[in-house]
Amino acid sequence: MKLDSKIPDGPISDKWKNHKFALKLVNPANKRKYNIIVVGSGLAGGSCAASLGELGYNVQCFCYQDSARRAHSIAAQGGINSAKNYQNDGDSAYRLFYDTVKGGDFRSREANVHRLAEVSENIIDQCVAQGVPFAREYGGLLANRSFGGAQVSRTFYARGQTGQQLLLGAYSSLSKQVSVGTVKMYPRTEMLDIVKENGSAVGIITRDLVTGEIKSWAADCVVLATGGYGTVFNLSTNAIGCNVTATFKAYKKGAGFANPCYTQIHPTCIPQEGEHQSKLTLMSESLRNDGRVWVPKFKEDADKHPSEIAEDRRDYYLERKYPSFGNLAPRDISSRSAKEACDDGRGIGTTGLGVYLDFEDAIKRLGESAIRERYGNLFDMYECITGENAYQRPMRIYPAVHYTMGGLWVDYNLMTTIDGCFALGEANFSDHGANRLGASALMQGLSDGYFVSPYTISGYLADNGVKDPDPESDAFKQAESEVKERISTLMSIKGKKSARHFHVQLGKIMWEYCGMARNEKGLKKALDLIPQLREDFYKDLSVPGSSDSLNNELERAGRVADHLEFGELLCRDALERRESCGGHFREEYQTDEGEAQRDDENFAHAAVWEYKGKDQVPARHQEELQFDNVKLAVRSYK
Amino acid sequence: MKLKLRIWRQESSGCKGRMVEYEVDNISENSSFLEMMDLLNEDLVSEGKEAVAFDHDCREGICGSCSLTINGIPHGPQKATTACQLHMRHFDDGQTISIEPWNARPFPVIKDLVVNRSAFDKIIQSGGYISVRAGSAQDANAIPIPKQDADFAMDAAACIGCGACVAACKNASAMLFTSAKVSQLNTLPQGKPEKDRRVLNMVKTMDQAGFGNCTNYGECEAVCPKEISLDMIAKMNRDYAVASVKNFFGTVA
Ligand SMILES: Cc1cc2nc3c(=O)[nH]c(=O)nc-3n(C[C@H](O)[C@H](O)[C@H](O)COP(=O)(O)OP(=O)(O)OC[C@H]3O[C@@H](n4cnc5c(N)ncnc54)[C@H](O)[C@@H]3O)c2cc1C
Ligand code: FES
Repeated sequence: MKLDSKIPDGPISDKWKNHKFALKLVNPANKRKYNIIVVGSGLAGGSCAASLGELGYNVQCFCYQDSARRAHSIAAQGGINSAKNYQNDGDSAYRLFYDTVKGGDFRSREANVHRLAEVSENIIDQCVAQGVPFAREYGGLLANRSFGGAQVSRTFYARGQTGQQLLLGAYSSLSKQVSVGTVKMYPRTEMLDIVKENGSAVGIITRDLVTGEIKSWAADCVVLATGGYGTVFNLSTNAIGCNVTATFKAYKKGAGFANPCYTQIHPTCIPQEGEHQSKLTLMSESLRNDGRVWVPKFKEDADKHPSEIAEDRRDYYLERKYPSFGNLAPRDISSRSAKEACDDGRGIGTTGLGVYLDFEDAIKRLGESAIRERYGNLFDMYECITGENAYQRPMRIYPAVHYTMGGLWVDYNLMTTIDGCFALGEANFSDHGANRLGASALMQGLSDGYFVSPYTISGYLADNGVKDPDPESDAFKQAESEVKERISTLMSIKGKKSARHFHVQLGKIMWEYCGMARNEKGLKKALDLIPQLREDFYKDLSVPGSSDSLNNELERAGRVADHLEFGELLCRDALERRESCGGHFREEYQTDEGEAQRDDENFAHAAVWEYKGKDQVPARHQEELQFDNVKLAVRSYK
Repeated sequence: MKLKLRIWRQESSGCKGRMVEYEVDNISENSSFLEMMDLLNEDLVSEGKEAVAFDHDCREGICGSCSLTINGIPHGPQKATTACQLHMRHFDDGQTISIEPWNARPFPVIKDLVVNRSAFDKIIQSGGYISVRAGSAQDANAIPIPKQDADFAMDAAACIGCGACVAACKNASAMLFTSAKVSQLNTLPQGKPEKDRRVLNMVKTMDQAGFGNCTNYGECEAVCPKEISLDMIAKMNRDYAVASVKNFFGTVA
């Protein structure tokens, strides 16, 4: 596998400008001759499809929900970063770049991150022009808040529904293109394979989730914007339908999968209640602006009502350990600290797996109405789920799987190692290194979709001309029949257990051995257990109903089948990365103070996995990362 | 908790449906309504019976997928709460609960509790946008927008497009949904240039899709999980009247 990152020459701040100029253009009159498939209608896919449509290409866009507007980006709460420096507090594109590289624990590609920081300003302009109702000050200008891992206020937000508003913005542009006919939207359609001819991506195979029809789609290039794979842990803050299927199928067809072990555990989620639980709910990180995190100082207080625990018997552990960032310490660090406190027996709640997020001081200082104005909907959501009133009693929170930094390896043009197959948004690996800073995923999705891929995809098309592949060709027929075979395998097992059952089991293995802290022994154990579980799955799965009508169980079974293979890849990657960095914490590699210890000499690279066939060990390749602008340093938030 | 469920089962859009009774046991009060449904389905699947189909995804009240009529009320008895956010602690042990799909002609049933809401997408496609190409926008702070207007636009934009408003309305009117989008965009300065054609086109599409008239029952507002207010409909009616007059004189931009 050849990993050519195609980073343009020149100083970092000129790279993107020069590259845009160097990319070839497609003659406006020829654009409609090109067909482009975009899988995914989230921030990345929706904005990409809309922008390509605006340019005049013929776009087919797919999503599994019943409407493009329901993609999982809708659930993002807290906000989106941009280096606008409207607060005049010293922000700049360079600072955002610096913070993101450092926040990612020096495991991302400088050139991509700098470009992201540069275009972050255009994103806010674009969204405001679309009518996204960002929060404003009384003077009518845009308001900002701060987010974890940053000391400037650069986060734009729309109450606690920023993702919803940004997605509805992208969806509105997409809808306009649908109405003018440049984009055709196919909801309730799941991509089940990618098709290659002469080494290039030429289309996809889908299943119509209503009729069950398996269909071939041909195009001049394929864009995967199918989101992250956090649901490999079963319980996560992701939507139930989020899956790895599209990217994993691409991996099996030759796309390198980078850093699958980089998963982000978010520190502020509502703790799990019981076995019935189907998902975990995030309480936006923005709450840490005003909430203080604490646990009892002494084990014997853990069962007491929080109001009975005196101030001097509380341990505000983030403020204690990280005085300069305090409650706004980055996510990986905050999560791990919560785990430490709970491991120490000082966790709260019935399970002992919880810490307090307390607003008492903020309410005293600012008044309840100010807090209600800022976070009202989050407090309501908390009450709705837990039945507790967080204005009166501190919230109980615990870390949960939230985001995946790993994904398909892409070059500077966002193209995977399959020629003509691009990956955008959470589906790719490019910008967040080993840890993503809050409010940066929305920024990346929209940067990829509105401002990067329209250029780089045009460049690809200009270089390659109209391919006009034939959806009746052997390559498509073969892929179609493989898809049908996989479905009939799942349908014909006729065992006793639901796909959900296996998903829950897989999630337990992943969380236990490959969760917030990992070690060699545990990872090896997981690599033992997952294939066994997979075997059980293919013996005892039950999928009632038929494959030629709407069948939720079949959909889930297909996704779980892919997770059962992908989970193994994730653990393998975690095992081979013999260092701690960002969200990947290996217990063997920590400082005396219990902080993550990187090994820059041996691991300052992206690990890229190449599929080698069924039951074969995949090959591990490396893209060495160069840090010419940000000096490799120990990441300190003290 | 132990519960009796009466659930609408329907093979496909062309088939006739009927209510079928089920029982579930050992349901935690802290589980959500959909988690209760998951457990029912898990039982059914382990017996080789077909699971009850229903739409859901985010399970945090924001994607607008879930669409269950619970004891006759879209999204169930809890105010301002989607079915996925509804928790079992609001029901009594031993209670009988009926679960049906959205009942509205413009939303035909696909299977069991799953309906086709693509008419909503069509309404948005006919004008629920501001025409701005990627890359053509001016600086975001160039037009200050009074906080009051921004807040009003946000109140309107909070709509999750679930369709409960239509399901609750005797006329299957989509006025609340349509007016929320019109109000958001027509309030903001960026949305003004297309204000008139937006409201005319969206109302026309809404009518063509078979949604009924608004006769001020107010049921839509009562069931809306995001508490979108009837003021949006009033605003749309005003905008529509102005645009119609302009249209009559041929002066719509
Ligand atoms: C609860 C929550 C809160 C968050 N808050 C923030 C925040 O405040 N700020 C921030 O920056 N980030 C936040 N994030 C992260 C951010 O929301 C996501 O990383 C981002 O929205 C991902 O966008 P995307 O376009 O890459 O993917 P998604 O929005 O997940 O979209 C994926 C699309 O792909 C489609 N798809 C997937 N698989 C298939 C398939 N096989 N066939 C067809 N279609 C398929 C789906 O239908 C969907 O349209 C949050 C995430 C969560 C879970
Ligand atoms: S499942 Fe998303 S709103 Fe209910």
